[in-house]
Amino acid sequence: MKNKIGPLPRPIIFLNTVLLVAFSLPAFAFKVGLVLDKGGKDDKSFNSAAYQGALKAQKELGIELKYVEATDNNLLENMHRSFAKKDFDLIIGVGFAQADAVKKVAAQDLSEKFAIVDGEINAPNVKSLMFEEHEGSFVVGVLAAMASKTGSVGFIGGMDIPLIRRFEMGYRAGVLHQNPKAKIVTNYIGITGEAWNNPAKAKELALSQFNQGADVIFVAAGASGSGVFDATEEKKKLAIGVDSNQNWMKPGFILTSMLKRVDVAVYDTIKAAKEGKFTGGVERFGLKSTGIDYALDEHNQKLITPEMKKRAEEIKSQIITGKIKVPDFYKTKK
Amino acid sequence: MIEELLLSTLRLSTPLVFAALGGLFSERSGVIQIGLEGMMLVGALAAASATTFTGSPWTGVLAGASVGMIWALIYAFFVLKIKADQIISATALNLLAFGLCPFFTKIVFDSTGATPSIPFEQRLGSEFMWMAFALVIITSLLLRYTRFGLWIQFAGESPSALQSAGVSVGLVRSISLACTGALAGLGGASLSISLASSYAPNMTAGRGFMALAALIFGAWRPLPTFAACLLFAFVDAAQIRLQGSATFIPVQVVQILPYLVTIVALVGFFGHQRVPKGLGKHV
Repeated sequence: MKNKIGPLPRPIIFLNTVLLVAFSLPAFAFKVGLVLDKGGKDDKSFNSAAYQGALKAQKELGIELKYVEATDNNLLENMHRSFAKKDFDLIIGVGFAQADAVKKVAAQDLSEKFAIVDGEINAPNVKSLMFEEHEGSFVVGVLAAMASKTGSVGFIGGMDIPLIRRFEMGYRAGVLHQNPKAKIVTNYIGITGEAWNNPAKAKELALSQFNQGADVIFVAAGASGSGVFDATEEKKKLAIGVDSNQNWMKPGFILTSMLKRVDVAVYDTIKAAKEGKFTGGVERFGLKSTGIDYALDEHNQKLITPEMKKRAEEIKSQIITGKIKVPDFYKTKK
Repeated sequence: MIEELLLSTLRLSTPLVFAALGGLFSERSGVIQIGLEGMMLVGALAAASATTFTGSPWTGVLAGASVGMIWALIYAFFVLKIKADQIISATALNLLAFGLCPFFTKIVFDSTGATPSIPFEQRLGSEFMWMAFALVIITSLLLRYTRFGLWIQFAGESPSALQSAGVSVGLVRSISLACTGALAGLGGASLSISLASSYAPNMTAGRGFMALAALIFGAWRPLPTFAACLLFAFVDAAQIRLQGSATFIPVQVVQILPYLVTIVALVGFFGHQRVPKGLGKHV
């Protein structure tokens, strides 16, 4: 029996060689490894934004893109290391949870270039892409206060971490800036990574907040956000999306989305690295650089009145010029 | 406020009730069941996918139950036929479910995470709740008053006695496990096509294990198990409301409440419980 599987005929070996060469050609292309967070590439929020940015780079710049999803935080370091071992030209970590892994792997392989979203690392070969979430949260807070009929609004966070507290603090300040008497209900879905993937719980939290009188809820909870949108649709209230433009998910029930242009940051980083202009250090994206913004499109134009739009633009410029100081959780609690 | 709290309790308890009843069938027939989580997960995915494809939540219900059942029968094959270790096989199947689900969504929906969102009209509302309540009664009657119910109990208490009476313990346990899978699958379906609007990765979030705790807390009996599920759900619902109002208590402390209650319940009552004598024993 075993004898039947002899050495391969020459033509097949030749063909294999040709194919091998043909398929390894793209290896000369600029290789980018994307390590996504627990929410996964289809969380329609934070990770989706990062993936979209990388996808755009793949289409427009002809880079070779590989992505992996971390189902477990213990895998992060291995994922980064394996990309580094395979000599990827740029490795991008998405999410605060990857900071330690990136820091460690980057220190061991200084020739490798890294970028991290939402984590601040000071190393010559790591670019930290930071966002001023509190600024955008302030703006949507103002909009929430204007859209609320009951004078009571809600905030639902995913995992209870400083980053999400930053969203909450900015939002709270925005709401109170617009309506000092407003009541704000806040909830967090959980204290583990599971919180990003628990729409059923998120929905229950939203229903409870509506029941307490809130009629606009800002949700910053990754893939769990869809549960809040479901509740909003059922109770005919309003929600505010986060990170990606989520207005399309339930048109008419999503007042706006606080945009965190992770896609732009990722795309720009890849582009710069490909052109040999990669620099380490921290880059901050805020309202000024439009890395942070609020979403206005055909899905929510009926919900945002001209008056609200005017007010939002006004607030935006006041934050940019420094007339309004938005409290920053990172600075107040450290 | 009270009314809303109770409604919330009922909603949160639904997946737990299904899964705990499922666990009951398995454990009362003598098979240890820590695989509820995996069965719920595949059930949730199957239900959401079937609903997405057909537009009818009832096919989703059917799909959830059937896929859960198939999953349980795979488990039955390992532990009853091959006589593999029950804890290890169930753990392996749980891990397999965690891995297989994203694999499936990637192939079918080109998404490593969620299935597409199911529109409001195609989701079920309180139907699952009523189904769960009905099943509690049915299970209770079945165990007490039917011949098959007695067989299940004997398979769990004294398999050799059942064997010598000429009834196949393996068959009784297999059928029980099929019921387990169907029920746990329904529990998963209630998550993905009623409580939420799509399957999300690992959306069961430990509910399979909570259900097992409820089963043990409920002394492997249908009505007390149901009460235990309601208690866990109530604590969870109360936790949600506490979190919003009592700002002086850290979120972390409030959020561990359901688990704290679980541990206290298990520690406080476990000693007095009568574990099915043949639990985990091969015939």
